[in-house]
Amino acid sequence: MANPLFRKHILSIPDFTRAELELIVDTAARLKAQPRDDLLKGRLIASCFFEPSTRTRLSFETAIQRLGGRVIGFDNASNTSTKKGETLSDSIRIISSYADAIVMRHHKEGAARLASEFSEVPVINGGDGANQHPSQTLLDLFTIRETQGTLEGLTLAFVGDLKYGRTVHSLAQALSLFGCRFYFVGPEALAMPDYICETLDSRGISYTLAETIEEVLPEIDILYMTRVQKERFDEADYQKIQGRFVLREDMLRGARDNMKILHPLPRVDEIETAVDASGHAYYFEQAKNGVFARQALLSLVLNETV
Amino acid sequence: MTLTRTVEGLKNGTVIDHIPAGQGLRILRLFKLAELGERVNVGFNLTSRHMGVKDLIKVENVELTEAQANELALFAPRATVNVIRDSEVAKKHKLAMPATIEGIFACPNSNCISHVEPVDSFFYVTPQGNDVKLKCKYCEKGFSKDIVTAVE
Ligand SMILES: [Zn+2]
Repeated sequence: MANPLFRKHILSIPDFTRAELELIVDTAARLKAQPRDDLLKGRLIASCFFEPSTRTRLSFETAIQRLGGRVIGFDNASNTSTKKGETLSDSIRIISSYADAIVMRHHKEGAARLASEFSEVPVINGGDGANQHPSQTLLDLFTIRETQGTLEGLTLAFVGDLKYGRTVHSLAQALSLFGCRFYFVGPEALAMPDYICETLDSRGISYTLAETIEEVLPEIDILYMTRVQKERFDEADYQKIQGRFVLREDMLRGARDNMKILHPLPRVDEIETAVDASGHAYYFEQAKNGVFARQALLSLVLNETV
Repeated sequence: MTLTRTVEGLKNGTVIDHIPAGQGLRILRLFKLAELGERVNVGFNLTSRHMGVKDLIKVENVELTEAQANELALFAPRATVNVIRDSEVAKKHKLAMPATIEGIFACPNSNCISHVEPVDSFFYVTPQGNDVKLKCKYCEKGFSKDIVTAVE
């Protein structure tokens, strides 16, 4: 029997059921434990980065090549016919006649869903503006399951910019299917958007706003850090909040043994480098897991069984 | 009112009645009724026994479809839409809130891909208390109906 993601587009986290998310996480775990170099054998994947993003592109292209697939594509739309005014829909029509799947990133919101309407082959969203970046969320889920052994009933704190951080939005949406609890720790001006809170409310998920990292630390299994960008504030306001959402090593004393720190990276100064050596730091392993999560996605979309 | 009553001044076309006062102009504009090249009669702030005041639109030689009538429900949930043939009411549409709204108004999100590609705008409609929320299929942003129509 074909897996439920076979020949499907991967566009947005709310499109997935809990069972589909679990299938992806399970597959990523299997591919990490037992690498396979045959799952994309003979397949050609188009890697179309209409907007540059070196990390995401390298992570996808590594995943493809390690599974035995081949890559065509571009990493900057300024060299392509897009520059001459070709529509995205026409570009995708043509590219989808060459390749077995399309991985794409674009600066406009909704670009991947629109592309999927014109593509003959599966489209995998590698980020569309401020909207969705599902492979990031899937690697976060995989990493959380890897460190905790489950996704069920965990307690997480999201720290920093909860307003513009699309990674925390999608992760909260995904984890709301698993009965997790949340603490939101960040400046009031960068609070979690209403539509995310409404989703959590509708699923009976409890969330609490907190002032500081220290007060929630003894309660949590996962500390998910993000960066507060200075540009979002005027100088005086930034002075007031600066340092309040920074993780220092001495703060970790109150943490549970199983507590792991995640961060979508790149970090600037919101996690002190001394934290890196603690047993709680897991953000570099998380970045590495991106390749396995993307291998899982590509394998499931292109093979009936994995 | 019986189905055989003559509608004054309209031989063939559509009468949209019981529009909340103030919404008539918006409906004319959004559904581009004045741009069809047909004669349009409009009444604003007419006296209504049930509504106090109401707006009314008559369009000659145009028959609104069921789907179009339902799209009206977003702005005028109690409107009556009657299709007239040979001066008689041939069809009374019963308005139901549509599940989706396609191609009527642009997405308010200026960074939405739907603005620059050859596709119709597409919103999912979800009831929210007495109001509705519209969610763009492409950029996945949610909007109130007032924001959506204000940007047009
Ligand atoms: Zn939109």
